[in-house]
Amino acid sequence: MPYLSRDTAHPIRFRLNGREVTVQAEARMLLSDLLRHELGLTGTHVGCEHGVCGACTVQIDGRPARACLTLAAQAEGADIRTVEDLAPEPGRLSILQDAFRRHHGLQCGFCTPGILMSLDALLRERPDAEEPDIRDWLSGHLCRCTGYATIVAAAVAAAAELRAGTGAEQGS
Amino acid sequence: MKPPAFDFLRPDTVAEVLDTLARHGGAAVLLGGGQSLVPMLNMRLSRPAVLIDTLRLTQTAVIEDRGDTIRVGMGVRQAQLEHWPALPRRLPLLARAIPWIGHVQTRARGTVCGSVAHADPSAELPLCLLALGGHVHLRSRRKTRDLPADQFFAGMMSTARAEDEMIEAVSFPAAPPGTGHAFREVARRHGDFAIAAVAGIVGPAGATLAIAGVDDIPRRFALPAPGDSALDDALDGIAWTLNARDDLHASARYRRELVRRLGRAVLEEAAACRI
Repeated sequence: MPYLSRDTAHPIRFRLNGREVTVQAEARMLLSDLLRHELGLTGTHVGCEHGVCGACTVQIDGRPARACLTLAAQAEGADIRTVEDLAPEPGRLSILQDAFRRHHGLQCGFCTPGILMSLDALLRERPDAEEPDIRDWLSGHLCRCTGYATIVAAAVAAAAELRAGTGAEQGS
Repeated sequence: MKPPAFDFLRPDTVAEVLDTLARHGGAAVLLGGGQSLVPMLNMRLSRPAVLIDTLRLTQTAVIEDRGDTIRVGMGVRQAQLEHWPALPRRLPLLARAIPWIGHVQTRARGTVCGSVAHADPSAELPLCLLALGGHVHLRSRRKTRDLPADQFFAGMMSTARAEDEMIEAVSFPAAPPGTGHAFREVARRHGDFAIAAVAGIVGPAGATLAIAGVDDIPRRFALPAPGDSALDDALDGIAWTLNARDDLHASARYRRELVRRLGRAVLEEAAACRI
């Protein structure tokens, strides 16, 4: 049985944004800190560190989940996707990201990566998602700048655009 | 806000989990989805010497319909039960209650058995298990035993589980024909800890009301059916029986009033949706 002792770092292997990675981590390290400190992916933000604010939300095996409530060691063998993977190519935004820009869905941007990862999963899992579904999934996130009206408007617009098929090749 | 140091074990089998528990006793803590335990680690409220990762034991992530009961294995995540196609028909109370547990993002990892083991006084799953008269199936290297929910919850985040035992599964009685189920909750924000949560069941034999968030453990009461003039007095009696307290979120008086009002509302709703 794999045994990760407390006094040293251990190799953790998983899939990150489509490529296999192996990285050293202590048993007590959080996935949020592994992503930011060891892998340099600072798009995943850290707010409350007890699962309330949603800023650190990433996709684990396709489902949105809190990176701050996941130990790095639990990522072994998992498929992790972070906000860095949303844009189809450098200099080009995804449909969802572009809708946030057009609808002023962010101001300071601190909560945005987590919200994008939840909504990206929602629109992939349920392309027919409507405003009540979007609000339900957003209930796991806190934004203290814009309020939620523009965020909801951006998500509704992105859902419509994706359904219309213009986003078929880009994903959400 | 970082976890203390611990050794991390990743067993492949239930037997390895039980061996590890037998060896380390109370120094070892089982990690399910981590949605309650990891915050406690981050806040240093829990300082285990050994953490045993059970979420990857996918062989235990089984929902089994046994006719009279639905058996939910250790590895079943809340989202898996939420999306079980037979849920609205077989466990209508859970179909109504699960959307109140945390958020989509926490139900993706949080397990059903983990929530029962954690025994938070405001949690929805212990409440539903108690309301329905379910059982907790415990296993250690020594033996297995089944405890009714009303003997399992011992106090605030405290249960009858021995240090070398794990919850192998929990069983919820399936809804019999002719019963109605309803669930309501009041919290500061959807997904926050319940200030009060109530489950109501109305069937041919009468009404059952279970309440979480008010006392140290979820509590269950038999009540007159809605329409009976004795119901309001009975609800008032329950409100005073529960050990309601003032805290940051609500006063004891407010909680007692929630028991009366939500209690009446869930029983009326349950009576109206009897199938």
